[in-house]
Amino acid sequence: MSKPKLALYWASSCGGCEIAVVDLEAKILDVAGFFEIVLWPCVMDFKYKDIEALPDGDITLCLFNGAIRTSENEHLAKMLRAKSKVMVAFGSCAGDGAIPSLANFYDKDSIYEYVFKTCPSLEESSRGVYPETKTTMPEGEIEIPVFWETVKTLDQVIDVDYYIPGCPPQTFQIAAAVEAVIDILQNGKPLPPKGTVLGAGDKTCCDDCTRVKSEKKIKKFYRPQDIITDPEQCLLEQGIVCMGPATRNGCEALCMKANMGCRGCYGPPEGVLDQGAKMVSALSSVIDAQNPEDAKKIIDTIADPLGTFYRFSMASSILRRVQKKNNK
Amino acid sequence: MIKLTIDGKQLEVFEDTSILKAAEKAGIWIPTMCHCDYIEPYGVCRLCSVEVVKGKRSRIVTACNYPVREGLTVRTNSERVKWIRKIIMELMLSRWPNVPAVKEMAEQLGISKPRFESKEKDEAEDACILCGMCVNVCNDLVGKGVLGFSKMGIEREVVLPYNERSEECIACGACAYVCPTKHIKVKSLEYERGAIQDWSLASKTAIYVPTMQAVPRVPTIDEASCINKQTGGCKACQTYCEPGAINYDMKDEEIEVEVGQILITTGYQLMDLTKMPQFGYGRLDNVYSSLDFEHMLNSTGPTNGTIQCKDGSVPRAVGIIHCIGSRDENYHKYCSRVCCMYALKFAHLIKDRTTAEVYQFYIDMRAFGKGYEEFYKRLLDEGVNMIRGKVGEVTECRVDGEKPFLKVACEDTLIGKFREIPLDMVILCPAIESNADSSDLKKIFSISQSPDKFFLERHPKLDPMSTMTDGIFIAGCAQGPKDIPDSVAQASGAAAKILSLISVGEVAVDPIKAEIVEERCSGCRICNNLCPYGAISYIDEKKISFINDMLCKGCGTCVAACPSSVITGKGFTDAQIMAEIEGLLAI
Repeated sequence: MSKPKLALYWASSCGGCEIAVVDLEAKILDVAGFFEIVLWPCVMDFKYKDIEALPDGDITLCLFNGAIRTSENEHLAKMLRAKSKVMVAFGSCAGDGAIPSLANFYDKDSIYEYVFKTCPSLEESSRGVYPETKTTMPEGEIEIPVFWETVKTLDQVIDVDYYIPGCPPQTFQIAAAVEAVIDILQNGKPLPPKGTVLGAGDKTCCDDCTRVKSEKKIKKFYRPQDIITDPEQCLLEQGIVCMGPATRNGCEALCMKANMGCRGCYGPPEGVLDQGAKMVSALSSVIDAQNPEDAKKIIDTIADPLGTFYRFSMASSILRRVQKKNNK
Repeated sequence: MIKLTIDGKQLEVFEDTSILKAAEKAGIWIPTMCHCDYIEPYGVCRLCSVEVVKGKRSRIVTACNYPVREGLTVRTNSERVKWIRKIIMELMLSRWPNVPAVKEMAEQLGISKPRFESKEKDEAEDACILCGMCVNVCNDLVGKGVLGFSKMGIEREVVLPYNERSEECIACGACAYVCPTKHIKVKSLEYERGAIQDWSLASKTAIYVPTMQAVPRVPTIDEASCINKQTGGCKACQTYCEPGAINYDMKDEEIEVEVGQILITTGYQLMDLTKMPQFGYGRLDNVYSSLDFEHMLNSTGPTNGTIQCKDGSVPRAVGIIHCIGSRDENYHKYCSRVCCMYALKFAHLIKDRTTAEVYQFYIDMRAFGKGYEEFYKRLLDEGVNMIRGKVGEVTECRVDGEKPFLKVACEDTLIGKFREIPLDMVILCPAIESNADSSDLKKIFSISQSPDKFFLERHPKLDPMSTMTDGIFIAGCAQGPKDIPDSVAQASGAAAKILSLISVGEVAVDPIKAEIVEERCSGCRICNNLCPYGAISYIDEKKISFINDMLCKGCGTCVAACPSSVITGKGFTDAQIMAEIEGLLAI
């Protein structure tokens, strides 16, 4: 019997998820031993045409990381979906849009304007040179992918079976998930229900966080560099914006152990539709103000609220993007 | 019991009783100058000398500290005793000829002028006669031992150690109290020592009955000024309390009582008048708050109910200023409701008890209750001067050769003129305020306060005694300023509401509640202080939050706040609402 096939792909991503997989260290050999790796562009040279040549459903498991930002991302996602039995949105970008989807605060034009024209670090010679999707060269016509207006999550373009959240997913969680998959395939066990979030808990980071929590009354918000925090007390109570209460657990409260507020990378917990909105709702409930003026003063101390509350979930939120400016 | 004879009288007394006490029992007077009941006899003045007869021999002893024995025969009036007393008294009188206590005693013993002159003559009226009572009371009773004697013989004097002000002195005033010549005076150190004075008109003892109308009318001990609480000494009140009702070991204690319903009737406080210095309260003499004046009017008060200025004179004109801090944009916008009527009562009583002119300075006369308007009319007939207008300030004026008087500057809006009225006494009617700690109570009971800080009723017209929290009721000035009839009516109504729930025994509650999915709660405690009904608590052992179904009103505040959507409204979950929206959009 031939080995089950495994594909790992990166769409619009930073490569951190790939590093997290490589961080499996010796366990990667188990993976390589059990699976036949058919696609892993980060690590080895594979050709897309070889994948295209595979029959539909030939790949057993596809771990897809990165958000859908370009036509190429979407093309590969659709192709891998067709070829794979099980499609896993791997990491926060594929699951919730994460950092790439912060671009949804702007539209394509303003991003192009900045990146190719006004950005101070541009070389003068290339200032104002915009990418063209199709360019005719002496050798013939060449093409680059189309840059979509809006960054999407994987499940907004294809059907996704499972999710492994995290930025990146914690290596021990990946190891556990891979072991579980191997166990299922080897022993013919039933698959978990579709849509299950693997490699994470079903509570929030507060459950893992060992800091002492008490009733919350926030008078002022601080950025982490502005305050020396008490290592025992809940960071939120000390005025650090910590996304922990509205973030799925699974990382074992890594950031809080390092005196940083949770950044929210594991995405919304079970049942929460909009992580950012939930956090805004929760924070507004614990602001210690007696009147709207005081409340505004306190809220104004939060730096970059949109980028803070939607840092990892802009594309999957109810908002999805900032409304496009009407050109008229 | 033993038997003895004093001046031929047979009597039976307990062994060890002093001759002085035994004689007192027999109705025989023995003069003393250094004796008082609550301190150990000291025997220093020697005036109580008596003759004790043993067989054929007799000797002179001091009656105050000589314990009686079986068969003792005492003579208090023999020639020998009289001769000795006379010499002692003459010596005292020659040394302190002007001290009233000494002069009185000399007169009682029939001595008008001593036969000899003293070289150490002290002609002061309040000279120290070295009776030692102050020293003994401080030592024995108070237990502080601040005072002592220094030097010997004719140079003897009562002093503080090293003649310096003692840090040990608790300023109890016991020494000044016992001093027969008023040589010792207590300087008011109230600001330095922080002594508590509830009433600005008069000081009070450490054990006192708050007011004669207090319920229950029993004395209470002010721990901060009680000598026993500070030194373990004194115990004077315990010594004299015949039923033995005084127990110094009793402590304030917290008692937990489980109840189903609570009626909050915590009342009000009066505005601190020193916040408005233009009226001179606490700064100028004869400017009183309404409560001070009520205290003065009280027949058991410091002046026995007579209306008098600080110097004891009867005021010629009294001004009553309404709305101090009420109906005032800078302090309280609301009307305190009770002031107009008590101000009229004051005017009536002043008219009744003195010949003083009375001026009422009012904004609007609000005589709205039953019989109130009639009372107001009656006051007008009594000749009370009514000046409609706000008072600007109260100042003190001094004219050479006359006693200072107060001047009230105000605008009389009815004649459209600025007026200045000279008065001997000013009574201020301070605003009724919500208690300073009412915000704490609000938190404890999870009830609301209206912007004026009084507790908020469920409905201002239809349900003025309930709060938004079930089982918590309010009545009286805790809900808003009101007079006694209104308070009684509201409290009776609240009591009836409470009884109606008690008599039912069971209460039906609304099924719309919030609910926490225990297995998924992470215990972030965001919801903990949100609940307006106090239904959410935190379980430390499980590290999760918990909703008390009986208190929850299903308002949804916590549902919205819960960052992990673990709190849901029963029957109104996010999934249900999203499904409804999708259903609507599908049409």
